[in-house]
Order: sequence, then structure tokens, then C-alpha cells
Amino acid sequence: MARHEIKSPIPGTFYRKPAPEEPPFVEIGDAVAEGDVVALVEVMKSFHPIRADAEGIVSGFPLEDGEPVAAGMTIVELE
Amino acid sequence: MEQGLSIRKLLIANRGEIACRVIRAAKELGLETVQVVSEADTDSLAARMADEVKLIGPPHPAKSYLDAGAILSAARECGADAIHPGYGFLSESARFAEAVESAGLTFIGPLSDTIRLMGDKAAARTQARDAGVPTVPGSDGVIKDLDEALTLAEAIGFPVMIKASAGGGGRGIRVAKNSDEVCRMAPQASSEAKAAFGDNGIYIEKLIESARHIEVQVLGDGFNVVHFFDRECSLQRRRQKVWEEAPSAAISDTVRALLCASAVDLAKSVNYRGAGTVEYLYDEATGEFYFIEMNTRIQVEHPVTEMICGTDLVIGMIRVCAGQRLALTQDEIARKGHAIEVRLNAEDPANSFMPFPGIVTGLRVPKGDGIRFDHMLYDGYEIPPFYDSLLGKLIVWAPDRAQAITRLTYALDGLAIDGLPTTAPLYSALAACAEVQANAVHTGWMETWLEQNTDILTKQGEAAA
Repeated sequence: MARHEIKSPIPGTFYRKPAPEEPPFVEIGDAVAEGDVVALVEVMKSFHPIRADAEGIVSGFPLEDGEPVAAGMTIVELE
Repeated sequence: MEQGLSIRKLLIANRGEIACRVIRAAKELGLETVQVVSEADTDSLAARMADEVKLIGPPHPAKSYLDAGAILSAARECGADAIHPGYGFLSESARFAEAVESAGLTFIGPLSDTIRLMGDKAAARTQARDAGVPTVPGSDGVIKDLDEALTLAEAIGFPVMIKASAGGGGRGIRVAKNSDEVCRMAPQASSEAKAAFGDNGIYIEKLIESARHIEVQVLGDGFNVVHFFDRECSLQRRRQKVWEEAPSAAISDTVRALLCASAVDLAKSVNYRGAGTVEYLYDEATGEFYFIEMNTRIQVEHPVTEMICGTDLVIGMIRVCAGQRLALTQDEIARKGHAIEVRLNAEDPANSFMPFPGIVTGLRVPKGDGIRFDHMLYDGYEIPPFYDSLLGKLIVWAPDRAQAITRLTYALDGLAIDGLPTTAPLYSALAACAEVQANAVHTGWMETWLEQNTDILTKQGEAAA
């Protein structure tokens, strides 16, 4: 069970990487601090960084890279 | 069905307001319509309007509206014999047009070779120059190396623009103010062009400062070409047009005649078929105009031309691509009055134009003489976040420009798209602005005005919310 869930405030397309050929922002097991960028959400052709709103260790990604996301959906789980 | 058309069932390979617009034109011609949709668009207005709907894939454009294979399969399955690509997506993909041709279907647009030629911005420049169309001083096609770029930039004078040959629509442009910047930006621009467009070719053009954007609408049948006069689209944000007019109030009829004739010359030089737009920069200080690029598709702002010429360009492009010759000679095409279009985007002008998809909880459409609203909305519609933010276009016509601005003002007052912020307050503010009323603008004007008038939009944003 995740201790904290980072949610997307906006709907769009969820991306784990800053660009297709670059590595993901974070991987499972990585430590994140509050304010770290953990994902991108593309809404209407513009890209918005999603920042961690708590510190913790990344434990899961409920969505695949490139999947649609609704506003309020969890995109990164922390332990 | 209309006599003399070689097609009977049209598939619309696009979405949003332009899909609705194309369906209307197809119905006028008595054609059957097929709307392809992604999973996010099964309940779109276009899907509700079309005779048939075909699902082509997931929401992401790469997996649906940009998937040529899925679109061609849909066409085969439902027996469509023609494809209208709208604007954006695959509309200017020569490969897609070629695939449509190879499948034995009619592409509602130019031949793939024409799209390929005009899509290569450096080749298009050469084609324009050969047709006697003035081009911006710059490189003769793609530049070979940094030395050539430097020599050329110094010869034509700074600032210069470094452009991606495969770019267009304002994408892939850098401005260099001196030699050092050319040295730094040219290699960057080249590798970025490779990444973005799969082609590292770049070319150089002189930056015409405080220029206006003026364009000419053409329609060709593969043999003959006519023009439907000009539009001015100088009000831009981030190189995207937001407010368009027809005709341009900034040029004399003498300049207009030269401009329109040069657009026809260019289109004739490639035996143009379909609707197209030849775009120019106009330097008000010198009265000179320069070719920028040709767009080989119907454009977002086509309605202002329709309003002043009393014509239907989408019907026109379908007819010429379905085997008919042009119905009108140039002498039969006249213009009357002035038209203005504003683009209603799902963006919040009071919050840095942040895109804001949402649910339309109420819709009030302005009505009256000379008012038109081309859109994709209905009460209760949930706007998908996966696509362009354009919701619709409010178009007004009046006998002259001042009256058109007055009409725009009250048409905007009569428009309500409840449930989400839109760019409507921006246009009310622009319509009330003395410089817009005096037409004292250029392509960089609006961004400066926005920086200096943040409070106007914030207040209107609050009042609207």
C-alpha cells in the first residue's frame, strides 16, 4: 500500500520521460524530495511538469508511459 | 448527389471544428460522410453529424489521427472513395497523400508531389523565385555549412532568421542578431530540425522587422488557378494566429493586385489543385511583400474569405479534387465588405494562456446578420485534453472594418461557453484597443501589448469566473 500518492492536477497524456529518447525522471526505488519533477502531463499540446508534493521512495506507477490520465488520478506512488 | 463528381462517400481524417465544417460541405454536395474517431472522440459533434463513424485507435494522435494505415483501413472497410484531411494532422503529409492515391482513392488536396515540393521550405522558396514571386533576401536553398551561413548572414544584414527546411507554421525558427549567434544557433537549429522533422536542412532569411502577415487564398483545378483575395493575420501569439481579417486594411488596391497575381503565378507554376494559401510578409515601411511559404490545405481562417467573397471554399476544394473544373473565372470573383475571425481556444488568458479542457456546462451562440460561429461544441460536451485547444471560431462580416469590429464586440457579448475559461476576453480587449481599431499592428505587436496589459486580462478573467 502506497504511503503517498502523487496525483495529476490536470487531464492529458502521462509521460515518465522528459523526451522520448531520454531516461525516465524517476524509477522504482528512487528517493524523491518535495518539489522534484516526477513526470510530465501533456495537455492540449503543452507539457506540464508534475512535481512531488511529498518526499519518499518511489514504489509504483499505476499508468504506463504515454497513457491518458484524468485530473486527480494517481501517477506516482511513494512509500 | 451533385452531378459530375467522381466521388460519393467522403471520409474525414480530422476532428474538431474543421471536421464539422467539412461534413457540412459534404452534405451540401449530397455526399455520404464517414467520420474517423479516436477513443476520445466517439461522442464528438463531428461523430454526431456524420452518416457513419469509424473508430481508428487510442486518444493519442500518433495512434489515431496520424496513423495513415488505420485511416486507410477504415476507408476500405466502409467503402469511402475520398479522404478530406482538414488542417494539421496528415493534411500536409506527402506520404499520406501518396498512400491515398496508391489506394485508388481521391485525396481532397493537391497531388502528393505538390505537397512534397511546398513542404520543403527551401525548395518552395526556389519555386517562388522562379515563378517571379518576391522572396525574403536569404540563402539559395539549404545552406551547406557554417561558413556559407556566416558569409550570407553578413551580406544580407542582421538580424537573420535560421529556419528548418522541413518546418513551417512558425516552427523551427531562430533569430540571430550577430555572427556569434549564427555560429551558436546554426548547428543547434540543424540538429533540432533533424530531431523534430527528420531532416537537418536549414536556410537563412533576413528578419523583416515589424512586418505584417498577409496571405492570398487560391483555388486550382490542376489546370487553372483563381484567387479569392487576401487575408491579414498580423495578430499573433507565439507565432500562432489568433485574429484574422479579410481583406487586409493595410495595403492599397495596387499592392493587393500585385500580391494576388503573384500567388496565382506560383500556384499555376505547379499546376495547383485544391485550396491553398500563399503567405507573405508585408513591409509597410517600403511597401514590399515577400513570399514566406505556401500552405497546401484549407486553413483555419478560411471563413473570412468566404464571408467577403460569398463563396464556400470547402465545397470548392472538394469539387476540383473530384474531377470538376473551376466553376468561376477570376472576373466573376468579387469581394465586398470586411470580415474578422477570432479563434476561441480552451485557454485561460488571465493565467498565461494555460490550456484548460473541461466540460461545457452551457453554450450560448450569438446570432444575427453577418455573424457566424464555426465550432465543435454542444451543451454537456467534455473537451478531450489530447488535442489542439481550438474550440471554434467566431466570424463577423460588416460593410467596413470599423463596423466589423463593432459587430465583433457585441457578438462576443452574446457568446457564452460556460464551464471553462476561453480566449474570448482577449478579443473583447483587442476590439476595444485603439491600435487594433487603427490597424496599427504587426506580427510582434500583440505579444508586447499582452506584456504591457496583463491587468486588463486578469480583471476580465476574474469577471468571467
